[in-house]
Amino acid sequence: MSAILEIQNVSKIYGGVKALQNIQLLVPQGQWLAVMGPSGSGKTTLMNIIGCLDTPTSGRVIMDGLDLGSLSHSGLTAIRRESIGLIFQEFHLISYLTALENVMVAQYYHSLVDENEALEALAGVGLKERAKHLPRQLSGGEQQRVCIARALINHPKVILADEPTGNLDETNERLVMFILHRLHKQGSTIIMVTHAPDVAAHAERIIVLEHGRLASDRENNPVVSQPSEQKSADSRAEELNQNQKSEESFLAGTMAAV
Amino acid sequence: MITNRSFRLRLTFWSLSRRRSRLLVALTGVTAGATVLLGLLTLCYDLPRQLGREFRAYGANLVLVASGTGRLTVSDIQKAQALWPENKTVGVTPFRYESVRNRLRPYTAVGTDFEQVRKTSPFWHLTGKWPEEPGELLVGADIAENTDLKPDSFVTLDGRNKKQERYEKDFRIVGTLATGGPEDGFLFMTLSDLEQMTGETGEADLAEVSLTMDEAALSALTGIIKSSISGLEGRLVTKVTYSETAVLSKLTYLVYLVTLVVLALTMICVTTTMMTVVLERRKEIGLKKALGAESSRVGREFLAEGLLIGVLGGLLGSLGGLLFSRIITISVFGRALMPQFYLIPVTVLVMVLVTIVACRAPVKKAVAVDPALVLRGE
Ligand SMILES: Nc1ncnc2c1ncn2[C@@H]1O[C@H](COP(=O)(O)OP(=O)(O)OP(=O)(O)O)[C@@H](O)[C@H]1O
Ligand SMILES: [Mg+2]
Repeated sequence: MSAILEIQNVSKIYGGVKALQNIQLLVPQGQWLAVMGPSGSGKTTLMNIIGCLDTPTSGRVIMDGLDLGSLSHSGLTAIRRESIGLIFQEFHLISYLTALENVMVAQYYHSLVDENEALEALAGVGLKERAKHLPRQLSGGEQQRVCIARALINHPKVILADEPTGNLDETNERLVMFILHRLHKQGSTIIMVTHAPDVAAHAERIIVLEHGRLASDRENNPVVSQPSEQKSADSRAEELNQNQKSEESFLAGTMAAV
Repeated sequence: MITNRSFRLRLTFWSLSRRRSRLLVALTGVTAGATVLLGLLTLCYDLPRQLGREFRAYGANLVLVASGTGRLTVSDIQKAQALWPENKTVGVTPFRYESVRNRLRPYTAVGTDFEQVRKTSPFWHLTGKWPEEPGELLVGADIAENTDLKPDSFVTLDGRNKKQERYEKDFRIVGTLATGGPEDGFLFMTLSDLEQMTGETGEADLAEVSLTMDEAALSALTGIIKSSISGLEGRLVTKVTYSETAVLSKLTYLVYLVTLVVLALTMICVTTTMMTVVLERRKEIGLKKALGAESSRVGREFLAEGLLIGVLGGLLGSLGGLLFSRIITISVFGRALMPQFYLIPVTVLVMVLVTIVACRAPVKKAVAVDPALVLRGE
């Protein structure tokens, strides 16, 4: 498997704070990577650098064969636009735009708006019926799914999720994990920051940061591949179906994918 | 189908219409600014005209006299009247002076047109009534006080005309006149009574003319009079015209100053509102950049919102301004003015310029927002 992302000896220093120190990381195409570590250990800093939202103080980041250090400001903007899908703990939906419009904003800044494609993306996260709703009319879980639809709409090479389930209850956490599983199945590279071990357990590989250093890096057997987990997921899906009839087809699809 | 272009318009429109409170603040600011701007511009345009009429209460601003030693003829005065627009005429009053006697005491009798006098000299203060019937006489306040020519008494005036023929005529005193000027020492009768009494017609010593024109227009007019009618000369009443011009230019200056201040206030209002908006929407701006929007594009979007506010506020304010100036002129000058519709596009343009300048700092701030904040969650 070729590396989609290569981080070579990257350090990030804010004033006197060494947020990252000599990080070495190779992420193969299609890997689902969980980044863990205590608060302040540099997880978000690492995501910012991978997401081209920030630049390292030293070291190199190579994405899909391209050295990010060689890029200008607008070059980095273009990489964000073309290659990165961002999922946030706080969703960051634009409050005055509907779910559909929030997805279309990503199309708008990427290339061309396409209402049908945006609707399809919303259907893919079970929100077809909620397309015309404003964020404040949506639950936290629904908002996170809009955020995911927006992150996916331009087919990014790498999906970055910083605490994607941090603000969600268990039910919605499970829904989001279903969606990530489906993406993983479809071949997306996912880098996901989380505090929660049971969330990290879904990933194929878990790294742990401590004081800006890579403290551990290990393979993981994703949980949902276990049959028992599959079964319980089924029964949970049924529960959800009772509450959210409109999302039946979505969940069925998700289950099939998982 | 939604295109990128229509999506951009919808983004701007939604941003404003679904976040109404902020829009209202900025819009109110711009509207108020535009209202005052258009109102004051209209006043500026109309002030000379309106005040010109008010100033005419201080008396005539042009005097027609004979350029040689002789007298004016009434027909010359009529000819002169054709030299300026009818609608600028407030009044034209002929005056003819004659020496008369009453019981051997000399007086100056003045023949005039009382209807016109009331227009050219509105400040004349009358007790009693204006002469209307033949044989009615007004006496100056000084004469009424110091002689026995009192209101309601009868007097006989006599004298000699140019041909040294003696004349005599009876009058009834119907009123007293107080002006605080030389008029207080004169006797006033209608021009036709004076002509009938002396047997000499068609002449006058001067004519006082009250026109709603400024000093420059009046001086131009005197030139025209001189070249058009021989023997006739127009003179400015410089005391009146000069102070009119001075007052007007000071007022106009003041109005422009107020306009500038109001525009500056509008600008400050828009800048602070847009600044708040940028601060409030830091996350949104960061998000757009994180999604791959170029900073300059985000800046342009803010400018577009500002421009829309400028245009909307300019249009609303123009309507407000038309109303505002109308109310002012009606309540202050007692008459409505002609709305100057060409001022509407001017106002909108100015407001757009004001918002562009006002949005400079906020747009700069928006351009500078760091997209990394979307993950930091301050
Ligand atoms: N813009 C900044 N300026 C200064 N210091 C910063 C900045 N951003 C991060 N830091 C510091 O860098 C270190 C790593 O921060 P980071 O946000 O990456 O931690 P994290 O692992 O994401 O923590 P959490 O789990 O709380 O989100 C912290 O000590 C933080 O205070
Ligand atoms: Mg973090």
